[in-house]
Parts: sequence; C-alpha cells; structure tokens
Amino acid sequence: MSEQVREPLWEVFIRSRRGLSHNHVGSLHAADAQMALRNARDVFTRRMEGISIWVVPSASITASSPDERDPFFEPAADKAYRHPTFYDIPKEVKQL
Amino acid sequence: MDPVDLEVEFNGLVEADQRIEPRDWMPDGYRRNLIRQIAQHAHSEIIGMQPEGNWITRAPSLRRKAILMAKVQDEAGHGLYLYCAAETLGVDRAELIDQLHAGRQKYSSVFNYPTLTWADVGAIGWLVDGAAITNQIPLCRCSYGPYARAMVRVCKEESFHQRQGFESLYALSHGTPEQHAMAQDAVDRWWWPSLMLLGPSDAESTHTSQSMAWRIKRFTNDELRQRFVDMVAPQADVLELTPPDPELRWNEARGHYDFGECDWDELRRVVGGDGPCNRQRLAHHVSAHEEGAWVREAAAAYAAKHSAVGVVAA
Amino acid sequence: MTAVAVDPAAVYTLRHADDCLVLSHRLAQWSSRAPSLEEDVALTNIALDLLGQARALYTRTSELDRTGRSEDDHVFQRDERDFVNCLLVEQENGDFAVTVARQLLFSTYQLETWRALGGSTDRQVAAIAAKAVKEVTYHLDHATQWTLRLGDGTAESHERMRAALERLWPYTAELFETDAVTDDVVARGVAGDPQRLRAAWDSSVDQVLREATLERPSTSWTPTGGRRGLHTECFGYMLAEMQHLHRAHPGARW
Repeated sequence: MSEQVREPLWEVFIRSRRGLSHNHVGSLHAADAQMALRNARDVFTRRMEGISIWVVPSASITASSPDERDPFFEPAADKAYRHPTFYDIPKEVKQL
Repeated sequence: MDPVDLEVEFNGLVEADQRIEPRDWMPDGYRRNLIRQIAQHAHSEIIGMQPEGNWITRAPSLRRKAILMAKVQDEAGHGLYLYCAAETLGVDRAELIDQLHAGRQKYSSVFNYPTLTWADVGAIGWLVDGAAITNQIPLCRCSYGPYARAMVRVCKEESFHQRQGFESLYALSHGTPEQHAMAQDAVDRWWWPSLMLLGPSDAESTHTSQSMAWRIKRFTNDELRQRFVDMVAPQADVLELTPPDPELRWNEARGHYDFGECDWDELRRVVGGDGPCNRQRLAHHVSAHEEGAWVREAAAAYAAKHSAVGVVAA
Repeated sequence: MTAVAVDPAAVYTLRHADDCLVLSHRLAQWSSRAPSLEEDVALTNIALDLLGQARALYTRTSELDRTGRSEDDHVFQRDERDFVNCLLVEQENGDFAVTVARQLLFSTYQLETWRALGGSTDRQVAAIAAKAVKEVTYHLDHATQWTLRLGDGTAESHERMRAALERLWPYTAELFETDAVTDDVVARGVAGDPQRLRAAWDSSVDQVLREATLERPSTSWTPTGGRRGLHTECFGYMLAEMQHLHRAHPGARW
C-alpha cells in the first residue's frame, strides 16, 4: 500500500435559520471542497440544524495570535464612550 | 511572554473557570493529558459502534431498526466531533487511529463485551449510555474549550440514546416471559461493566487528581459511580428488572444507594487486552480502515487533479 | 406464492417498498465498516431515508390491498418468494465501488420513478414521491460524487469501479420491464411507464460515466425475476438474518 493519505481538515460554518449569520460548528476531513460540503451536510445537519453551509480549508484561516492579544484588543477597553450606557440622559427622556 | 508568566496566566484562567483555547499557551502535561483523554473518548465512540451495530441487521421491528441505525450513526458523529477536538491540540486523526491500532491508546473497556441478544441493545442504551452521560455532562464544563463544546453537542444528541434503551428494555421486561428473561440476562451481564465504565476506584486512578486540578474532570470516578447508581437503581424497579448486586439498597442515612464492589481484577484484565472481544473489536476496526485505504487514495488523487482549494458555499 | 395483494397498485407500491427496504438493509451493513467516519455517517443517512420511504410505502400498500398488514408484517412475515424487489438492490455490498455503482444505477432509476409518481392519481403515493424526490436527489448526488472520484481517481479505483459496473450492469435491464401490474397502474395514471424512464436513465448514467472516465459495460445477460419473487441466492441469507429474531417470538411486541 502506498503512504497513508492525510485528508485535509475543513472548518464548517452553518446558518441555522434565515436572518442569522453562519456560525462555526466544527471541523471534518475531506479530500476536496465538494466532498467537504457534503460531509458537513451529513455530519452536522442531521437534526435540521441548518439551511446553509460554508466549508473552509482550516489551513486557509489566518488567526490572530495570543501573543498579539494585548495590542490587538486592549486598546478598545478604555473607549467607554463608544457604548450607549456611557451617556447621562435625564430619566424623563424616552426613546433615546 | 516569560514562561513563568504564561503558566501563571494559564492557571489563572483555569481557576477563574475560563476556557483554554487551542492557540493559548498550555503546559505540555495538560496537552498530553487532553490528547490521551479525548482520543480515548473518540475511540470509545467508534469502537462502541460495533457491539450495537451487531444488531442492526436483526432488529425485530422497523421502528427499532431506524432508532438503532440513527443511534449508531450518532456514535460515528460523536467520534468525529471528538477527533476534531483532539486535532486542535496539534495531532492528526490518522495518527490517533494509528495509536489505537498499535494499542498505545485505549477505548472504554465496556465495549469489549459481546452483544449476545437483542436485549443487550436496550441494556447498553440504558446502562452504558447512562454511565457515559453521567461522565459526559460535567465534561461540558471542561477547561479546554473545543472539548467542552464537542461534549455539549454530544450530550445534546445523546439525550435520546438512554431513553430509547430504557424504552426498548421496558418493552421486553413487560413483554412475554421469554422477552423478560432476555432483558434480565442482559442487565445481569451489563450492570457491572457499566459501573466499571466510570473508571477505577479513586484510590487507584492515576489521572484523576491532576485532571481535577486542571478542571478537565470535575468529579472523581467514585463520585460519578455513586451518581450513576443513584440514577439507575430506582429505574430498575420501574423496569421490574433486578441488578445483579445483592448489596444494592437505599441508605437513608447517606441519602444514597449502597452498592457492592466492582471486580477490579476483571477490569484490569479487560483493559489489559484480555476481555471477551478486545481482539475482535480492534481487528474489525483495522480491517475496515485498511479496506478503505484505496478509497481515500482515490479521493485524494481526484482532488489533486480537479480541485482548486477554496471556500465553497451551499 | 405471489403477494397476497390483488389490486395491481398495491403490488406496485409493494415492489418499491421492498426496493427501499432491501437497499436500506444493504447500506446499513456498512455501519462501522465505511472507508471514513464521514462516509459512515453519509451511508447511514441514505439507509435511513430509504427505510423511511419503505415504511410509508408499506403503509400505503396495506391501505390499497385492505389486508391490514402492519409494516412489520410485510417485512418480517413474508417469505423470500413473496418479496418483489428488483435484483439490483439485493446484490451484496462487495467493495465500496460495488456499493457506489449500485447506488448510482438505482438512485438514477429511483429518481426518475419518483418524479413520475409525483403526478400520480393516487394522491398519497404522489405525496410520498414528492418527499422522496428530495432525498433521492441527494443519494444520486452522493453516488455521482463517488463515481467521479473512483472512476477518475487512481488506477486501482478506476479498475474497481469498472469491475463493479460490469458486475451490476446486467441487473439494470429488469428495472424497466413491464408486466400486467405496470400496464394496469400506467393505464390508471397511478405510475409512469417504466420503459419511458429508460431514456432519461440512460442519458443521466452515461453522462456521469463519461465524466468519470468510465465506459458503459455491454452485456448479453439480463437476469430478471425479482418482481415475481425469483431472487438471487444471496437474498435468502439476508432475509434469514433480518427476520429470525422477529419470527422466533411470534406475537411479541418490541
């Protein structure tokens, strides 16, 4: 037998119903995109969990590194004025 | 970051009941421990397809046949979710399968017992899945994110497994005398292996304390075993079936059922490879895997010829 | 010897129910043996769809023949000579190529059959067919994807797929046969003419084979008899396994 085949890993994203975005649900192996899509249908939507599927090669995902976490995400922490609760509005004002 | 700081941060996250995610720094021991446990769990799902799958072609009604097929299929799905969780730790599924075949990774010893009658399918659902669920529910809060998420999915899907087993066994125990005898015989054979599924006693468990510190495990084996017995003992009364343990009785003072000691020598023998079906289960998996090799090679060859790797949507 | 049913429509629905049941059973035999975990799940999905179709058709059969038989009576209490499935679906799984070839050839036929039944004058049959069309469309897609990969994969897979087609091709002639039963249901608008499905089946299968770099086998042998309860020897063993437990406990409930 030839050397063992290692099928690529795919990340699976499913839209569970209209109006919602695709969510990551897991991953699986398949030799190519068409099979990955079909495998995702068979594996992840047996209980009507979805109406649309994306599959993406895991290797194609560029992820932020935990090392970059502070420069990436800390600077947003002190910008409370981006949130509506930052503002003082008299109680009698409605619908604002 | 400094290695010491990394470890401090890791421990802080675990203690704060936060989840560790794949790209986070983690101690080598934590990674190894998780790979071992998740792989063993995944292998158990996959090998666990065999004893029940043994009855798919003989199921006595179409309703039972559909249920059993869906259940065994779920186990394949659960194995798959778990292999993927393990893969986030930097191992490949193919490596894990190799380790299983080489005997370097284990699966639950309970699947090394044979399914001799149809009632065994019900008994596995009620007892083996019952014990497995007892073990799995706390794992939904395990400190490693991908494992915890896989377990949430598994537990959600498995909620029908134990019910169908109970229902099937109930139909037998309330059926003809022959069916009742079949059900009792199955419970006689599956009771103790199910109790042992929850692992060796705390005194002998080699992994428990570190796993608890890392919040991979939340309860000790003995705590889970007590919880399981407390759950199924009253259910046995409803089934009108008698667990094969003369010491099983309600203890008012403790607020728990007392129960007898498992045959730990038997567990050691079965874990060590000398259960009734160890060789058969592994040989079945090895042969299916080897017979599928040419198919996987064909798919890879076709992909190499035709695929432009990319995002595909449906 | 032949089915108890007298209404030809009941015989017709029974034939298709038996097709679904038997192929579902064969596919279920793959459980824990498939080439990958993903494929194990996929094959069981197809098997479960077919089992569901069988159950609906057995129920309709009993309404049409007024025997009051349950689905389990149909499945577990009939003898080999009473089963009227086509020979193709009962053929043993063989290697994965044989299973894929069988699925391609049968799903293509089944899809055309269900499409025609969608316009049936029997509204319940039409409803069963409308649901089944969606399921079988997926089964055919699955079989097509694998035919392409095995046919146009490695030299070994191509050879296995070629051999599988050669082995199963003779059993496809039976699918398009007509007899008094089909003549009756076609005349009453219950079903489409099997012979008229042939052209669509030919062009659909030929297209997949061409794309998969495979050739259509030629054969002079066209075995038949399934619709009259004359089966291949492997079928008796399948039934024995399927029925023994149910029959060992007469009258028991499960």
